[in-house]
Amino acid sequence: MLHALANPTRFLKIARPLTPILLWLGVALFAVGAWGGLMRTPPDYLQGETVRIMYIHVPTAWLGMGGWSGIAISSIVFLVWRHPLASVAARAIAVPGAVFAALCLVTGSIWGRPTWGTWWQWDGRLTSMLLLFFVYLAYIALARADHDRGGDGRIPAIFGIAGTVLLPIIRYSVTWWNTLHQGQSIGLTGSTIDSAILWPLFWTLAGASLFFAGVVLMRMRALVAAQRVEARLRRLAV
Amino acid sequence: MKAKHQRLVLVLLALVAVLGASGLALSALKDQAAFFYAPGDVARDGLPLGKHVRLGGMVEKGSIARQADGVSIAFVVTDGVAKVPVRFRGVVPDLFKEDSGVVAEGQFQSDGSFVADNLLAKHDEKYMPPQVAGAMHETKSLEP
Repeated sequence: MLHALANPTRFLKIARPLTPILLWLGVALFAVGAWGGLMRTPPDYLQGETVRIMYIHVPTAWLGMGGWSGIAISSIVFLVWRHPLASVAARAIAVPGAVFAALCLVTGSIWGRPTWGTWWQWDGRLTSMLLLFFVYLAYIALARADHDRGGDGRIPAIFGIAGTVLLPIIRYSVTWWNTLHQGQSIGLTGSTIDSAILWPLFWTLAGASLFFAGVVLMRMRALVAAQRVEARLRRLAV
Repeated sequence: MKAKHQRLVLVLLALVAVLGASGLALSALKDQAAFFYAPGDVARDGLPLGKHVRLGGMVEKGSIARQADGVSIAFVVTDGVAKVPVRFRGVVPDLFKEDSGVVAEGQFQSDGSFVADNLLAKHDEKYMPPQVAGAMHETKSLEP
């Protein structure tokens, strides 16, 4: 399976028709979630209508962190099995991952002002998420520099694994430290969000995730195409 | 052992080391990364006098007292271990209410009370419609 997909030609054959499906299905699911979250769900007993920011904030946080998990997994696959596509995947994830981490910080700030009474505080959760955003930017710069200088992608892959240090810190910051941010609402064992408020979140989560996957495929195709152009130019130059 | 397997073992070891590092960071930073002092911390470790700090906990039920000038309030912050009386003059956040979380920014006084210059409301991880909440917290009221 992995070996079959590692062939760039076969990958392109699958990725080309899959990209628009993922993008449009993602948009459609997100639209259902947005409709449910804005029109159908009741307000929260404490926060009132403000709670609706959750339907966009939680998916961006999930994908900001999920994106880095993707970079870490791709980096491991690249380092161990040396699949060139894994390195392409890690580079393709970095930019949308950074964008979603930034969206998470922005929507969180907009949510914090009416509920907590502040746009920003240096609390454990907020600070560790901001660090993840900076680590994304560093990864993008490093991967580009490595690629431009003809590197084989090993150094960004090592950085991709090292950056994983932030994921448990973000996850457990609200459990282990006292923070302004509230504790974990959704865990493996259930959720502390009432089901009447919770359901659109699954739609926006699924929709944003499919959209993210579509963007990653799009960027992977662009990176593979750019590599082919470079290879062809090199052959012509000889 | 093939080179591929060797790399796999190395990478997995690296991953374990990285995750171990984040566990160590989480536990080592426990005190420094705390966002606020809880009343229990202060009772145990003494008052951090002369410093601008944050005090966090629950607003004790029935403790909010509005002063005659209309903009000053007094209330008690508790964490179940100890209590600290707080005075504040200004606009409180919408979510500030009794039996709910609060983070006060300001200074401890030598008598053990706290004078806040800013209040942040802290809410918990439970979200529910007003009807459900009404059934669960029948005695809870928005009025002080």
